[in-house]
Amino acid sequence: MSSLDEKIEEAKKLSMHIVKESEDDKLMTLSVGPQHPGTGHFRFIIKLDGDYIVNVNLDLGYVHRGEEKMCEYRNYFTNIPHLERPVIHDSANITYSYSLAVEDLIGITVPRRGQFLRALTSELDRINYTLYWLAIYGIFLGHSTMFMWPAADRELVLDLLERLTGHRITHAFNIPGGVRNDMPNNFKEKCLSQINYLEKRLKEYEHIFYNNPLFRQRTEGVGILSKEDAIKLGVTGSVLRASGVPYDIRKVEPYDIYNEIDFNVQYMKTCDSFARAYIPFLDVRESCHIIRELLDKMPESGDVREKLLSNIKGPPGESFKRVESGRGALSYHLVSDGTSRPYRVKISTGSFRNIIALPFLLVGSKLGDMPAIYWSLNYWPIEADR
Amino acid sequence: MGALNPDFRFGNFVGSIVQLVLFILAFVTLLVLPIIFFVLFFVPLPVVDGQVLTPYLFFSMMVDPSRTIPVIQFLIHTDLFRAAVFPGFAFAALIAASTIFLERKLLAKMQLRVGPLYAGKIEGIFQLLADGLKLISKEIIVPSGADKVIFWLAPIMFVSTSAAVVALIPVAPGWVAADVDVGLIAVFAILGFFPLIILLFSWASNSKYPFIGGLRALHQMVAFEIPFLLSALPAVIFAGSLNLSNIALSQNLFWNILVMPVNAFVFFISSLAELERVPFDLPEAESEIVAGWLTETSGMIFGLIQLGNYLKLYALAGLFVLLFLGGWYGPQIFPPELIPGASTSDVSLLRLVALEGLYNPVTINSIFWFTVKTFVVILLMLITRGINPRIRIDILLHTGWYKMIVLTFINLFVVLTLIYGGILGPGGLISVK
Repeated sequence: MSSLDEKIEEAKKLSMHIVKESEDDKLMTLSVGPQHPGTGHFRFIIKLDGDYIVNVNLDLGYVHRGEEKMCEYRNYFTNIPHLERPVIHDSANITYSYSLAVEDLIGITVPRRGQFLRALTSELDRINYTLYWLAIYGIFLGHSTMFMWPAADRELVLDLLERLTGHRITHAFNIPGGVRNDMPNNFKEKCLSQINYLEKRLKEYEHIFYNNPLFRQRTEGVGILSKEDAIKLGVTGSVLRASGVPYDIRKVEPYDIYNEIDFNVQYMKTCDSFARAYIPFLDVRESCHIIRELLDKMPESGDVREKLLSNIKGPPGESFKRVESGRGALSYHLVSDGTSRPYRVKISTGSFRNIIALPFLLVGSKLGDMPAIYWSLNYWPIEADR
Repeated sequence: MGALNPDFRFGNFVGSIVQLVLFILAFVTLLVLPIIFFVLFFVPLPVVDGQVLTPYLFFSMMVDPSRTIPVIQFLIHTDLFRAAVFPGFAFAALIAASTIFLERKLLAKMQLRVGPLYAGKIEGIFQLLADGLKLISKEIIVPSGADKVIFWLAPIMFVSTSAAVVALIPVAPGWVAADVDVGLIAVFAILGFFPLIILLFSWASNSKYPFIGGLRALHQMVAFEIPFLLSALPAVIFAGSLNLSNIALSQNLFWNILVMPVNAFVFFISSLAELERVPFDLPEAESEIVAGWLTETSGMIFGLIQLGNYLKLYALAGLFVLLFLGGWYGPQIFPPELIPGASTSDVSLLRLVALEGLYNPVTINSIFWFTVKTFVVILLMLITRGINPRIRIDILLHTGWYKMIVLTFINLFVVLTLIYGGILGPGGLISVK
């Protein structure tokens, strides 16, 4: 019997315990969110026995917008601007897999330069998202400097994205058929200098945050999610890779030009909160390498976009595509009935799949571990609610 | 300035101010002054410079320079002045205010920000004033079901207890509000009230987050009480006295930190824990329990608790300086006379400007060095906030009850060996004869 099953049994026993003990107020019920500063647009209700968490109830859906239903009333192009709203810092990735799915459905290929630009925006947005996530991880653990530094250094990436796409966030840059526009003239030099500076800053992050003994004390050996449990719970992205599974969509199902790019899949075998906090950081470093490689291998000129009708009609059928986003596998399942609007769009996000692991990690841990475990799951409440 | 009243007339505005001033003047002359004189008639007035200090004499100091200095000299040696102004509450509050400003600016520089910028034009020096006004103008919300008496009383108790610690800290030889022979014990005794006040307040708030925060504060302060006391012990053994002034006086040859660095370290860490500063800000852990025991505070209740916290910060930094950093000793940088040759001069105005009779080079020098050292310690306490995350409660308890206590004992034995070996301490080889 794996440790997950044991934990489920344990949780069941504990919940029986709660029913029995609730009369004499031994347990304290604490609502964490949505007005609590420690969650975001999300709530979980925890029951405390002293300092130990004995029961966790997830309460999602505070920012549900019905993105999937909205897709059914818009055509394939007008879907783009609202689809990137759930995760505005990583909007290149959430529209990436949608564009891939639409292209798969209508059967076109993107010009080579367009593919490179897509990968470039995808990596830049991964850095953007991860720095934002890291800032919040810092403040959740009470490290105010780690909140300010990444939040300020995001400007480096945002500046680049503004030059490339015209918008700092929610770029609407990836569209079915390629990308909206070519990159500006001196973008390559600017990008390289910004990325070089960012890498210097990453070293400083490591000194002040990841090598801080107090941070290590709080995260090492906390919230262990073993390899078997991780696979069984279906977590993805950095959480899965922190549990020792070297699984990256960019490597196992290469899309666009990722099979030509040489990069490593970062993973750790410690399975704890520290690994889950460290893997996204390593991903940012890897992204810096990928960006250099992309700029190096990019064709000098060429089309960036396959011209399509503004009101394209897909042939009846289905398509399924996924990409590796900042939070893990982000996949779209499109069903078309031959009209200009999709019949059904199903979005599967990394956030939602990762948060499922939260109750199993929190039960039995201390209240002080709650922020360290919760935010290490690389969870974005708005994306999970869609 | 878009929200100016359309009926606004500058003349009316000035007129209203003049009216107000006239009203106040009339009120003071007709009502307040008679009351003062009537009361003073029954009060035995002190004698200054051979003359009874009547109100007339007191006011004459404003125009007669030869009277000014004796009156001031008399005033600064009253107990009220010592407790309320220097080295008591006002001095500590001033240091606390500059600490808050320093903290905000320093942290901003560490975190690539600019910090307060707009209030007061120059680097936002009036930010604290603006914050204070904001806090005063805010509504104080008392939660339903709260124990109202304790809820209102606890912030005042917090500030007054902090001020009581401040009163025990001497800043120069003879300059202390309360010169107690068991000064150090008194400091720890007063510090022992804080967990009680915090627990009362958190219980009175009638909310879960403050309650958890209060319990955490209690655990934390109790866990660090023992290493806190023990780490101050070698300094007491050295001085042979519990009086803080005597402990400082015993360090005129060398600073205690040279002999007991480990204890100084433990004392520093323990004072961080006592002050609930990062990394020991568990009672206010925002991401876990909202704002800890301060969750239900609002307006000036919050302001008072913050004031108390920073007074406590000054008191503990001052205590660190007295125990380990040689108190007020430092190189003499102030001249023996403010204006050379003023005391032998015939011009009375020159003597007044030179503050003859008030100016004491040793005292001024002591105050200067004490303040400088205190600010250095405060700076160290502030920097930890920029580089550390929060610690977890079990690690904290482990540190307090186990590691810190053991560390204090190590240094205690070293000091005892040095004293019984006849090298240091009273009557030792290296000591004041």
